Amino acid sequence: MKSLAELNAIKEKVLKEKTEAATKSGEIKVLVGMATCGIMAGAMPVMTALMQEVEKRQLKNVAVSQTGCIGLCNYEPIVEVLMPDMPKVTYIKVTPEKAVKIINDHIVNGKVIKEYTVDNIHWNKE
Amino acid sequence: MFRSHVLVCGSDGAVLKNLVDNMNELVEKYRLKNDVKVLMTYSLTGDDKISLIVYPEGTQYFNINLESMERIVKDHLLNGKIVKDLLAHPEEKTEEEIASETEFINRQFRMVLKNCGNIDPESIDEYIAQDGYQALGKVLTQMTPEQVVAEVKASGLRGRGGGGFPTGLKWEFACKSKNPVKYICCNADEGDPGAFMDRSILEGDPHSVIEAMAIAGYAIGANKGYIYVRAEYPLAVKRLDKAIAQAREYGLLGKNIFDSGFDFDLEIRLGAGAFVCGEETALLTSIEGKRGEPHPKPPFPAVKGLFGQPTVLNNVETFANIPQIILKGAEWFSSIGTEKSKGTKVFALGGKIEHVGLVEVPMGTTLRKVIYKIGGGIPNGKKFKAAQTGGPSGGCIPPQHLDIPIDYDNLVGIGSMMGSGGLIVMDEDNCMVDMAKFFLEFTVDESCGMCTPCRVGNKRLYELITKITDGRGTMEDLDKLEELCYYIKDNSLCGLGQSAPNPVLSTLKYFRDEYIAHIKDKTCPAGACKALINYEIIPEKCIGCTLCKAACPAEAISGDPLKTHKIDKDKCIKCGTCMAKCKQNAIIKK
Ligand SMILES: Cc1cc2nc3c(=O)[nH]c(=O)nc-3n(C[C@H](O)[C@H](O)[C@H](O)COP(=O)(O)O)c2cc1C
Ligand code: SF4
Ligand code: SF4
Repeated sequence: MKSLAELNAIKEKVLKEKTEAATKSGEIKVLVGMATCGIMAGAMPVMTALMQEVEKRQLKNVAVSQTGCIGLCNYEPIVEVLMPDMPKVTYIKVTPEKAVKIINDHIVNGKVIKEYTVDNIHWNKE
Repeated sequence: MFRSHVLVCGSDGAVLKNLVDNMNELVEKYRLKNDVKVLMTYSLTGDDKISLIVYPEGTQYFNINLESMERIVKDHLLNGKIVKDLLAHPEEKTEEEIASETEFINRQFRMVLKNCGNIDPESIDEYIAQDGYQALGKVLTQMTPEQVVAEVKASGLRGRGGGGFPTGLKWEFACKSKNPVKYICCNADEGDPGAFMDRSILEGDPHSVIEAMAIAGYAIGANKGYIYVRAEYPLAVKRLDKAIAQAREYGLLGKNIFDSGFDFDLEIRLGAGAFVCGEETALLTSIEGKRGEPHPKPPFPAVKGLFGQPTVLNNVETFANIPQIILKGAEWFSSIGTEKSKGTKVFALGGKIEHVGLVEVPMGTTLRKVIYKIGGGIPNGKKFKAAQTGGPSGGCIPPQHLDIPIDYDNLVGIGSMMGSGGLIVMDEDNCMVDMAKFFLEFTVDESCGMCTPCRVGNKRLYELITKITDGRGTMEDLDKLEELCYYIKDNSLCGLGQSAPNPVLSTLKYFRDEYIAHIKDKTCPAGACKALINYEIIPEKCIGCTLCKAACPAEAISGDPLKTHKIDKDKCIKCGTCMAKCKQNAIIKK
């Protein structure tokens, strides 16, 4: 790295790829929490199931990728779906079966599976 | 993703536009551009009153002018505190609103954790796209080392590893040294039971620590850094390894970074998981390849540290703050938090709490908010009894202090400490004497054994406490306990021994009646100390279903089918299985 300009060039390139992907084919990003907490809870098979389903259905505009811990460790495995112009949807306690359903119902048919989302976490009163 | 949306409502378009512009300037000033979106809307009710609504909370403010908007941005948007006197509906819109689904994240302020859970930690490009390595570029091309130190000093950042020592000051000591060789070290030993903040940062955003260490290297004039990680964190080590290789490939580590003539490189050292190796002098000795034993300070590491050279050692989370301080400025950073504790703190929430996990809040947030508004409260309708901070070196916070703003000095004031960020929540089923015993057992195991007060004293403390939890304690033992605690604190060499009695002292301070119940009444009020509890079957309730008898691992239950069963106290190992199995609630714990 020789200069800030060079660093900025990389930054712009990545950001451009991201926005291009987003506008071109409506890129959908699927993030899987893969920190120790996620992996211990079974994020690996979930990741595999997501990738296989994307592959099987030839979904060219879906990118499955790993990320760190979002903080809700006892609700792992956590999968987040980011669609252009839509609020992020966070799914908790995902299993490989649920993962396949997320691809089918949410990503292909656009229907959020409410029963699986983080909205279902429990709050106790004081 | 924006964390908050601000809606400016009114009926006069020109006035609104003006206010939105002002608001945007403020958002810019407090560096919240990526977190807050400002929108304008015409008032639906038709009245002229201008108001400002912050979503997702739905908090509505009146009396909107430049000055009040600045307070809303600073207090509410940056520090998460509602500005009570500007509220449109003070009676209903307080912090006590009903929790909604996204609150877990929205009630936090994610600065150190901003990339965790958002980027792929194994991709340097994704980190760069989030302004990664911009801070390093800035210091190397536009700032002198002294300016970097001054910026960190002005930010008010204090060490997140436990002690809370001002980071800028530490850097300044090392920066001033004329020694040609200096080192930067990162403490990723994280030995407190129940703490996992540093692991999550390393696993979720390893580049932020690497970038910060290079910045620190430039600031003090060091060309070499070591990251000391415990070997029990294999994933963190793997991601760090990969991140270091990527940074080298991009020339962000190595020779002549940003063409500035500055060289810096990093190495990982694995720790074998001894708690005492988290202590700074022991850690540095361990990096040198020697037995990890503490030695007396002074000389402090900033004067004479690794291989006898001036060394700056900081915690993972401390480092993770640095790039943003450089990019957004000391003034911005010091506007977050309380007077003497700036910025945010990451806590690992554990124990009797609904949402076990990682939270980040501005310093000064109350424990009540962390537990109930973010942590989801205590499961199963149980009552909060105490929170333990600072692990084996810290103390407990009882219910009467739930509303104290969490910062370094307040926690010390009530006999606990910030520690590295482990926060263990306890409910009415937890025995505080037993808790103190748990931590003592840990420190007895982990004492390096060099000094007698720590090696022998803590063992004696443990024996005294065990005597109490076994129901053999006397009131004189309580006095002995206290005396011994102070003796150990005063006479141990390192922080481990000096702080080991803290859990005992703080439980004695707030829960003395529980100790007394164990001693005088021979009971454990929480029903946790096995020696003091008995399982019994209430004959009137027992229908003789035989479930308990079949489940008992000790064959302690006798009784024919459909006849009343009985527990043999001598055989019972007090495992509680029978009580869980009985559908008639006929078994009680006394
Ligand atoms: C027994 C003992 C264990 C410690 N364990 C850790 C640890 O696991 N991680 C850590 O960052 N600091 C730990 N510390 C604090 C370090 O000695 C040191 O103060 C800290 O790493 C300095 O960095 P900071 O100023 O950024 O907090 C421990 C201290 C003692 C006495
Ligand atoms: S206080 Fe304990 S851990 Fe620290 S040096 Fe002495 S014996 Fe070792
Ligand atoms: S507590 Fe355990 S050992 Fe005792 S009677 Fe019940 S099942 Fe048996």
